[in-house]
Amino acid sequence: MSAGVELDGVTVRFGNFTAVNNANLNIKGGEFFSFLGPSGCGKTTILRTVSGFLDPSAGHVRIGGQDMAGIGPNKRPTALIFQNLALFPLMSVADNITYGLRVRGLSRADRDKRATELLELIALPGQGQKLVSELSGGQKQRVAIARALAVEPQVLLLDEPLSALDLKLRQHMRNELRAIQQRVGITFIYITHDQGEALTMSDRIAVMSDGVIEQVADGKSVYDSPETAFVASFVGENNPFPGKVASASGDSAIIETPFGKLRGLNPKKLKAGDNAILFVRPESLKLGKGPDGSTFATPVLNAAFEGNMTHVFMKGAGKKNITVTVGRHGGTAIPASGENGTVHYDPALGLVLPEGKMARE
Amino acid sequence: MSSRALAFLVPAIVILAFWLMSRWEARQGHDPTHKSFFERNGTVLGIAFVGLVAFWTLFLVTLPYLYMVVESFHPRLPPAKRGGPEDIATIAQYTSFFVNPTDGAWNTTHMYAFVYTIVVSAAVTFINLCICYPLAYYMAQSGTTQKVRLLMLGLIVPYWVNEILRAFSIRLLLASKGLINQGLMGIGITDAPIDFLGNNTGMWVGLSYANLLIMIFPLYNAIESLDKNQIEAARDLGAPWWKIHRDVVIPYAKPGIASGCTMVFMLAAGSLAAPLFLGGPRTLWFTSIVYDFFFQAFNWPRGSAYAFILLAACIAFVMFMLRLFKVKLGEAIR
Amino acid sequence: MTSGTVMKGMLGFYIFLFFLYLFGPLMVMGVTAFNTPSYPQAVPFESFTLDWFVKLWNHRAMMEGLVNSIIIGLGVVVLSVPIGLAASIIMNQIYHRARSLFYLVTISPLLTPGVIIGISTVIFWKDAFGLTEFTKDTFYKGIILSILGQSSFVAAYCLLIIMARLTRFDRAQEEAALDLGATYPQVFWHILLPFLKPALFSAGVIAFLSSFENYNTTTFAILADKTLVTVLAGEVRQGTTPALSALAVIIIGLSLAGAVIYEVLKRREEAAASAMKERARLAERGELELA
Ligand SMILES: Nc1ncnc2c1ncn2[C@@H]1O[C@H](COP(=O)(O)OP(=O)(O)OP(=O)(O)O)[C@@H](O)[C@H]1O
Ligand SMILES: [Mg+2]
Repeated sequence: MSAGVELDGVTVRFGNFTAVNNANLNIKGGEFFSFLGPSGCGKTTILRTVSGFLDPSAGHVRIGGQDMAGIGPNKRPTALIFQNLALFPLMSVADNITYGLRVRGLSRADRDKRATELLELIALPGQGQKLVSELSGGQKQRVAIARALAVEPQVLLLDEPLSALDLKLRQHMRNELRAIQQRVGITFIYITHDQGEALTMSDRIAVMSDGVIEQVADGKSVYDSPETAFVASFVGENNPFPGKVASASGDSAIIETPFGKLRGLNPKKLKAGDNAILFVRPESLKLGKGPDGSTFATPVLNAAFEGNMTHVFMKGAGKKNITVTVGRHGGTAIPASGENGTVHYDPALGLVLPEGKMARE
Repeated sequence: MSSRALAFLVPAIVILAFWLMSRWEARQGHDPTHKSFFERNGTVLGIAFVGLVAFWTLFLVTLPYLYMVVESFHPRLPPAKRGGPEDIATIAQYTSFFVNPTDGAWNTTHMYAFVYTIVVSAAVTFINLCICYPLAYYMAQSGTTQKVRLLMLGLIVPYWVNEILRAFSIRLLLASKGLINQGLMGIGITDAPIDFLGNNTGMWVGLSYANLLIMIFPLYNAIESLDKNQIEAARDLGAPWWKIHRDVVIPYAKPGIASGCTMVFMLAAGSLAAPLFLGGPRTLWFTSIVYDFFFQAFNWPRGSAYAFILLAACIAFVMFMLRLFKVKLGEAIR
Repeated sequence: MTSGTVMKGMLGFYIFLFFLYLFGPLMVMGVTAFNTPSYPQAVPFESFTLDWFVKLWNHRAMMEGLVNSIIIGLGVVVLSVPIGLAASIIMNQIYHRARSLFYLVTISPLLTPGVIIGISTVIFWKDAFGLTEFTKDTFYKGIILSILGQSSFVAAYCLLIIMARLTRFDRAQEEAALDLGATYPQVFWHILLPFLKPALFSAGVIAFLSSFENYNTTTFAILADKTLVTVLAGEVRQGTTPALSALAVIIIGLSLAGAVIYEVLKRREEAAASAMKERARLAERGELELA
């Protein structure tokens, strides 16, 4: 069984520091939902509020439609996988997995049966009598998942569960996690600061910054149609061109930047005179001259050849360089460092967003 | 009994203070992580914890101390008259430390014994510090793990033997028929045995011997956490070894030094065995005087007053050490 | 170069002197236990005997004292270890501001001469138990007062030992158990207590030994009864007999045996831990190959 999770105006304060500010969300039952954001933005805090270790200073958490106020973590239909796993080092693998059943009063025999099934599920058959310290990182990871699944939660909460793993193993576990989720069909709420993880695994993503949920959407929308400057700069590489809106018409706008007037889509309906930033992704920029309003020139600083593509770094308006990603068969020759390069883009791939906080590099 | 009941008032006030403090902190804004003590431990366990600790801190620690202090402000009376009209608060027991109540003269014997006890204890503390520092430094900084483990074992084993037997062994060694006198006479340094026990050498040795371990472990623990690179760096800069110790090691080991000194001083000043078994017959040790008030003179109030004077001296010494080394109590005792 | 060798030699000599100081008196005493003269002497060694051990065994007062010492020791363990445990848990959870006061109160018995603890225990409990005839007859006893008096400072040792381990407890374990549905008491019994077990064990051993060895507090609190140590003190005061040396030999023998057992157990534990680490490493490698 799976249940949805609803955050209704949830605010969490530590003293006078606000870690989560007025979060409103509706996570559907059976969804793989991710929270993505930089370190310290309040992801863990949200998760701990859902699992009941923290009480919201304001607002409500509802799970399966039921208000969770006053219900302790041991009474909620959630199971949490901790950032450091928090396996019990003094218990065997099987005892770890069935601990939740033990406190529910199941008999030894029933527990052993369930342990065998779950060990099968996580591909560790016959390893129940081992101690946790005998397992590899990935095996520990899977034991933690089995331990959480053993209590048949309606919502599984995962706090950066892969962060301690080796890079290669992490890729592998991504697929495995997604497969397990599809098999058991319960709601997964997944926390990560790794956008690759969020984009590949999730049905939907909430991007957070400084305690505020900036945008909730599926991975493609978050990448292609960010709604705030923060999301645009945090998810994937992006080139910002700050300036002032010169004119807006229909669904596009022209913005006055240090590189001249440039055009882009205007999803937020900004008006002339508004402070704004135009974002164009490196892969949308092309070397060479295009139509006026989407062409500019700036000196080339250097180029980094990466095999299937080349990143060309050019002088930007502020401290940040402009990156142009050129494919293997880009056609146009890359100018030498120090020379002026001309760059253009398709205005439908430029995005004019209101001025706002950007992700730190 | 009413003045004795006073002893119960102080803990009551302290408990009230604790309770108010917790109320006040709870009021200080909403803390989302906060769970009340009984929520966090369950009612039964919570009550058991609080009960045990309350029993300890009240009935085993604070109340007996306070009660002893109260007792020291009472006159000495036969049991039948306690709580009667003659049982009034008095500082006679304290003045008797300075002025002998029987003849009105200065009580030089007791004052001398007090000063003597304090001075000898402080001296023994310093001696032990000097003896133990090099070994602690060696174990903490240059010994290999294997060696250190062996040395540790060697340090601990003698301490399973209790204080009395250790004093006994020193006595066997230093007695007029003991091994040392035999040796001294054998090689002809003296022809008559030296009275090591009568001249208090035995007591000094016994006090130092009994408290070696108490000094070495805090020192070792403190020095052990010092980064070896700091010493290397100082050596690279050309500092001679004594400067390295003065400027790098000792300042770092301060909490350990304060802790070791505090404990050794306290144990030496409060010790009964060494002065009793190893001291000369005329040695007046303050703790022994207190002991005699209880077991020979049966004067509990005066014994209590003297015990309190001793306690005050120990507290003063602790404060002095902490101030001297600028460490907090929590750092010194772990 | 030479100055280094000189330094090393001096250091070795110093360590030798230190341990001579530490062990010399005990060794001399040990020899006297096996020598025939009734005044304990090491040299000249007249002839080997075990008579002093027999004398010791037949020493009634000492055996009675030994029984009392063991009873008191066990009583102190039973009282102090739970107190130390409770106090460390409270110390861990108490409000910041209150913590230093609590610390001061709980640690004060360690800064108080044992004599004073003994005196205050007797004075207080004489009146407290004296309130009723019944309590006076049942509880105002040397053994009980000794347990109470010794526990006052032994509990502080236990607190420090248990506290040292408790601070290394990973709170996430507690939360994980709660999250799986455990109640707070279950967390305590299933997770926290097993974690603290080694510390509780050491606290128990230390508690027993410090009780067993204690003289300063016990000599007051024991009233008219006796413990091994108070009997010993009486003997040493009266005179000297090699039977005392014999007792010391037994104690040293027992503690050496204890030390050896401890060392063996520790080695075995370390070997098991490193074997486990090795297996984990192998598993890790196997997994990386699969991925
Ligand atoms: N108990 C607490 N008391 C005070 N501040 C806290 C507490 N817990 C978290 N915070 C603060 O709240 C903010 C958010 O913390 P949180 O752990 O939710 O971040 P996070 O997004 O999970 O970061 P990370 O990626 O580093 O795990 C941080 O600035 C942190 O310092
Ligand atoms: Mg986190």
